Amino acid sequence: MIGLSHYLILAAILFTISVVGIFLNRKNIIILLMSIELMLLAVNINFIAFSYYLNDIAGQIFVFFILTVAAAESAIGLAIIVLIFRNTRSINVDDLNRLNG
Amino acid sequence: MIEFKDFVFFVLSFVLIASGLSVITSRNPVTAALSLVLAFFNAAGIWLLLQAEFLAIALVLVYVGAVMVLFLFVVMMLDINLDKLREGFWDYLPMAGFIGILMMVEMVMVFKTKQFNLSPLAETLPNSSNTELIGNTLYSDYVLPFELASVVLLIAIVSAIALTLRDRKDSKKTNPADQIAVKRKDRVRLVQMKSEEKYVKSKARERT
Repeated sequence: MIGLSHYLILAAILFTISVVGIFLNRKNIIILLMSIELMLLAVNINFIAFSYYLNDIAGQIFVFFILTVAAAESAIGLAIIVLIFRNTRSINVDDLNRLNG
Repeated sequence: MIEFKDFVFFVLSFVLIASGLSVITSRNPVTAALSLVLAFFNAAGIWLLLQAEFLAIALVLVYVGAVMVLFLFVVMMLDINLDKLREGFWDYLPMAGFIGILMMVEMVMVFKTKQFNLSPLAETLPNSSNTELIGNTLYSDYVLPFELASVVLLIAIVSAIALTLRDRKDSKKTNPADQIAVKRKDRVRLVQMKSEEKYVKSKARERT
């Protein structure tokens, strides 16, 4: 029988995969954004699993808001990527030293 | 005997994890984006198993339908040097793998404890739909966050357009600040000159 811990472990595995993805694809902004999306998906699975097992709808409301904010975030992120590519002709993270930080 | 629902869960989670691994290891960003679509689709299936029907449909419609298409558009429009972006992939692999396995083992250890091993409390009422329940809660208890979410989306629209907007060279737009700041001497020029003889003579002849 599938319990709450199965869903939590699945979300933990997914979260770890996305953290490793951020480590590995350090140069590629697009894959970094995709890893962040995957991370949010893992968090959402946690929320929905708890919402089902504790019989509380508030978890699903939170997932709704996370989806909204994540969609806004990825739209702005992709707009910034397009802008960066237009200015530097590359999306390599190493080329983003314009601010000289 | 394994239940059919459990079998579905294992199939969906296996494909979800496999597609997640494919997202982070694929050479081509287009492949990564398509794997992410598959991951979202399987996550929607898992949400359906958890009786979150509305959010599962919303995930497929919003993410697979809109956000991932946006990703694919951007990935395909940009002309990317793939080999340069893969630099350091193998250098970071031991470190990343170590940290990842450590994180995962720790989290699994926590989730294996007794308090997380619960079964569903009570079945939701059979005649109350998930969408109705979400709607009732969203428009009563969470109405202010809901309105704020719409403002967040509006800001996202405006900023995405403002960031990527490029002026055309031949557009005939005017700058209102320049128009207001204009002075009389910028537009009117007083010229001192003598009256022209020929013109005055012809006028005088007309009169006679």
